Amino acid sequence: MTAPIIVTLTVNGEPVSQAVEPRLTLVDFLREAIGLKGTHVGCEHGVCGACTLRLDGVTVRGCLTLAVQCEGATVETIEGMTESGAMKDLQDEFVERNALQCGYCTPGMLMSAAELLERNAMPSREEIREQLSGNYCRCTGYQAIVDAIETTARKRGALGR
Amino acid sequence: MNDRSAMSVLDKPNSYIGRSVPRPNAKRLAQGRATYVDDIVLPRMVHLAFCRSPYAHAEILSIDSTAALALPGVLRVVTMADLQDYCTPWVGVLDHLKGIKSAPQWPLANGKAFFQGEPIVAVAATSRAIAEDAVDLIEVDYKELPPVTDMETALDPDTPVIHPELGDNLCFERSIDSGDVDAAFAEAAVVVEETFHFNRHTGVTLEPRSIICDYNPADETLTLHMSVQCPHMSKNLYAKHLGLDEDKVRVICKDVGGSFGLKIHTYSDEMAAGALTVMLGRPVKFIADRLESFTTDIHARDHRVTAKMAFTQDGEITAVEMDDITGIGPYSVYPRTSGIEMNQVANLTAGPYKHLNYRVRARVVFQNKGVMCQYRGVGHPIAVAVGEALIDKGAAALGMDPAEVRRRSFIPDDAYPYTSPSGAIYERQSHRQSLDKLVAVMDYEALRREQRVLRERGIYRGIGFASLIEVTNPSPAFYGVGGARIASQDGCTIRLDPTGGITCATGVTEQGQGTETIIAQIAASAVGVAPGQVRVITGDTDVVPYGGGTWASRGAGIGGEAALQAGKELRRNILEVAGAILQSAPESLDIRDGEIVDAKSGNERMPLAELGRLVYFRGDTLPEGLQPELVATKHYVSRSYPFAFTNAAHACLLEVDVETGLVKLLKYWVVEDCGTVINPLLVAEQTRGGVVQGIGAALYEECLYSPEGQMINGSMADYLLPMAAEMPEIFVDHVTTPTETSELGAKGVGEAGTAGAPGAVMNAINDALGPLDARLSHMPFTPDKILRALGKT
Amino acid sequence: MRLKPRAFEYVRARSLQDVFSVLDAHGDEAKILAGGQSLVPALNLRLAAPEIVVDVSAVEALSGITVVDDVLRIGAMSRYIEVATSDLVARHAPMIARAIPYIAHTAIRNRGTFGGSLCNADPASELPACALALKAVFNISSSAGERKIAASDFFLGTYTTALEPNEVLVSVEVPLTGPGSLFYFDEVARRQGDYAMAGLAARAEVRGGVLADARLVFFAVSDMPLAASAASALLEGKAPGSFDAEVVCEALAQTIVPLEDLTTSSATKLHLMKVLTRRALTDFAGKEA
Repeated sequence: MTAPIIVTLTVNGEPVSQAVEPRLTLVDFLREAIGLKGTHVGCEHGVCGACTLRLDGVTVRGCLTLAVQCEGATVETIEGMTESGAMKDLQDEFVERNALQCGYCTPGMLMSAAELLERNAMPSREEIREQLSGNYCRCTGYQAIVDAIETTARKRGALGR
Repeated sequence: MNDRSAMSVLDKPNSYIGRSVPRPNAKRLAQGRATYVDDIVLPRMVHLAFCRSPYAHAEILSIDSTAALALPGVLRVVTMADLQDYCTPWVGVLDHLKGIKSAPQWPLANGKAFFQGEPIVAVAATSRAIAEDAVDLIEVDYKELPPVTDMETALDPDTPVIHPELGDNLCFERSIDSGDVDAAFAEAAVVVEETFHFNRHTGVTLEPRSIICDYNPADETLTLHMSVQCPHMSKNLYAKHLGLDEDKVRVICKDVGGSFGLKIHTYSDEMAAGALTVMLGRPVKFIADRLESFTTDIHARDHRVTAKMAFTQDGEITAVEMDDITGIGPYSVYPRTSGIEMNQVANLTAGPYKHLNYRVRARVVFQNKGVMCQYRGVGHPIAVAVGEALIDKGAAALGMDPAEVRRRSFIPDDAYPYTSPSGAIYERQSHRQSLDKLVAVMDYEALRREQRVLRERGIYRGIGFASLIEVTNPSPAFYGVGGARIASQDGCTIRLDPTGGITCATGVTEQGQGTETIIAQIAASAVGVAPGQVRVITGDTDVVPYGGGTWASRGAGIGGEAALQAGKELRRNILEVAGAILQSAPESLDIRDGEIVDAKSGNERMPLAELGRLVYFRGDTLPEGLQPELVATKHYVSRSYPFAFTNAAHACLLEVDVETGLVKLLKYWVVEDCGTVINPLLVAEQTRGGVVQGIGAALYEECLYSPEGQMINGSMADYLLPMAAEMPEIFVDHVTTPTETSELGAKGVGEAGTAGAPGAVMNAINDALGPLDARLSHMPFTPDKILRALGKT
Repeated sequence: MRLKPRAFEYVRARSLQDVFSVLDAHGDEAKILAGGQSLVPALNLRLAAPEIVVDVSAVEALSGITVVDDVLRIGAMSRYIEVATSDLVARHAPMIARAIPYIAHTAIRNRGTFGGSLCNADPASELPACALALKAVFNISSSAGERKIAASDFFLGTYTTALEPNEVLVSVEVPLTGPGSLFYFDEVARRQGDYAMAGLAARAEVRGGVLADARLVFFAVSDMPLAASAASALLEGKAPGSFDAEVVCEALAQTIVPLEDLTTSSATKLHLMKVLTRRALTDFAGKEA
């Protein structure tokens, strides 16, 4: 009655074609079907932001997207963004500033931060906090995260990026 | 007491203690290359889902699992009747909490359900989705029983007794009556009184509770992959209740996605996973989903406190009297009990102050709600908020500045060691210095001036203080003396590898606070290498020394001291070998940056890698009679004091919109004294995270229950957590009073932020609303409550 | 508990005809999937358990933001981010552009759709209130044909609209904002992106120096967005700033008795409605000046 459907998409630059149950969310697909464990499951109802990833160039909640909706789509996860080096400076700054503790929110947090810096090269601290308002972190006081993003923006600005 | 001789590694020029070193393991987390339990896939692994009680109190009349069992992909559907031979029940009591009682708790409900969410039937299936499908098909026939939810009436004679065999709904009671309280109140110039409500809230670790139980029937070994703070404790408990040989149980705990005290308790569903792996002989995975987390993770607080405080005309506190009642759900949680939070409230209220007259009655009662147990701060947020709010109220009544009343009442600097009226012994604290530093860094006077000016314009800002003490580095007095097999000692095994690198295995665990980093810093400093040359292993009971793990802010103080002593021992051993090889006196040599050097000149004599090569591969070239020992193990337990008390001074600046009732947090300051600061970078954000958690309790977080015992906001959409946009910038600074009980001198820091913030925020709100004669003492301070206090609705 | 959806069938529609054929065959048992930001959580929580889900994201007829004659037409499938960054929306329906940043968070706004929000009819949502305040008209299609529903007839209650199970919202038409148009949008929420405790979408025209066609629409106070008609009527024909805000506030309760939520009482909601009304009227007066 709910037969698997073949979905063909690009994940981190690699073509993927797999039969999936319609009910499988994108984050479960990535984690369980392709073994990309870097995107985390936190609440499965779209609030915590742990599963934030990129779909066709913009951030989405992996738990609020079905894998079958991603036919022909381009998905980028923390693994892909790391390998491409697209946000290496941001990741380095997170480590340098201790902008993460347990790390569970971090991939999603980085995805949100990276998108902000694409849309707004020099955000204020308020704008950074506003962008992060959909990403829950229980460990830090958010301040180190804001510091890391702000510093990355400044360094990029100095490099003329 | 330890001798702080010239040899102390703390003072060496190449010491890494006190430096802001980033965490090497953070890199992997920032690249999505961590390993949390849910990331682990084992061959033939099955997934669990539970049919849970929809009622707070019900008798289970019948269970029909036929349809569930018939679903393709379902391997086993079990009730407690099926698990009777696989698991024994547990009771959450400790010998030293006199009179504490509780009822047996089972992996699945045994005839009755006592709280909404209690597991009743377990389904093992090839995927979690199929297991959930099967749960939908299980039919349970319940007979609803009257729920006992209101803790205030739980002890009334006409309230049903939840566990009839216990006789009543009282779990535990404690009284303190120290000094002459009645006389002190009679003589007081000012007496203030207030009733406080502390909202029931919960941990909401972003990684939910997670476990894989993997039993191998061939060799009767059980491997647990757990998200846990105390691997050795879990090893003991799973062996004990599953009837296995403890020596054949291994707990592996890789990355943990937040814990905050939530992951040190025994949970029925996790134990059911243990029973099922033994039953099936296959790995069983259980990952709590977010809805399960809200109803079945331990909750915390849920106290009503009525307290009063007496002052002299000069603003000195002379007496405190308090009545505390707390509802803990239907069981005292095993093995730490649910009596500890109340105990801490009783021990710590008004702890920084020198009053000698103290009376407490505190009661812990059963109710049909989710279980309540130790969570970050354990009792401190309540004790601090009560004491600090009463001081502010007293200061207002006396017409004095709240900071000044604190200064006048602090335990004098020359009174240490000091025994509090509750019996707690404080080695040394720095309340006055911390508050003075705080007042200076925040520019208190300027803020008061600004506050006055803004009030004229109808802008209501408030400043709230909280001075506090925090229990850290617990000795066996916490749990061990009560009969629980929870280690208060911890160990470290350190090894020089042939490469010159150092491998360090420690019993304390990492949940992101930076345990591995500070252990590396300490070990590196003790041996004489760079922290990057130290690899730290945590979280595997087959590998690390036996220890308690990380809770009660013990990682740095206990685990750190063990690492320091182990590192020093290894260093002595290395220098002995080096001396023999180099034909020099070991005392004339030193290890610096991974090299054996001449201690005086600093001239390089031999790299550690060369020493390693000779020892491990060319023993034939070593001097006769020399047997190098390049591994050292040391343990540490705190004995001279039951606890190391830290202290801190907090301040909060906020603005209340008196039209909407919204609170805007403007700035927060912490001056913290956790003794030796090993890594300021980590301490700062750890403190901020703690403050934010405390702010959550003050403004947002609350487990809301209906009178029938249904949690009505058990999702992340309805249970509000502190998020980035609303949180203030938090300034952190230190006063340093090392504990003399260890050479390292470190006390804990994990909970102080959470301990202070609720009180500071409450005081700031009441300070803001003072001119409007509005006052709040019922957390969380929602706009609704603030508007009601203002008489606007 | 359960956080994996029940099994369902999935159809990716290429045309409205595809959608109609699924809806006609399955009726109530079919659910339309647009951005999924409300449906997928409901599926995960097993609050919704349809037999079949029809994905309309590739249906061209549902996309696009255009000006047609004197209306701004917003395709139902337009994602929040497109609407929020559309020049046409900014020019012709600035209230909508103002409202969207209040909706949840970036990742949700990247994915959620304008039409999805309206059809979901969450009483705390911002866009239904805007639609009501702006007198939007909903273009509805089914295999039986097309019809238009006024916003005032569209919302029937919590998660309930005038859409029949076989119908699809195709687009929404908003009358173009004129030169004398005033609008005010604000909400009181405890955290950034939260559902509001109370929200207000207010608009009016200034004609000949006086207010006309004034509408104060409140959301997150009842089971659907509600126009405070008695209070709105008090504004008619008066110069902005010339009336007594307190009289207008007192009239709110004539039309609306707010429903409490988990942490906000009815009385508090009414109070917040008054606060928002005062702020709106002050804003109108300021703009006029």
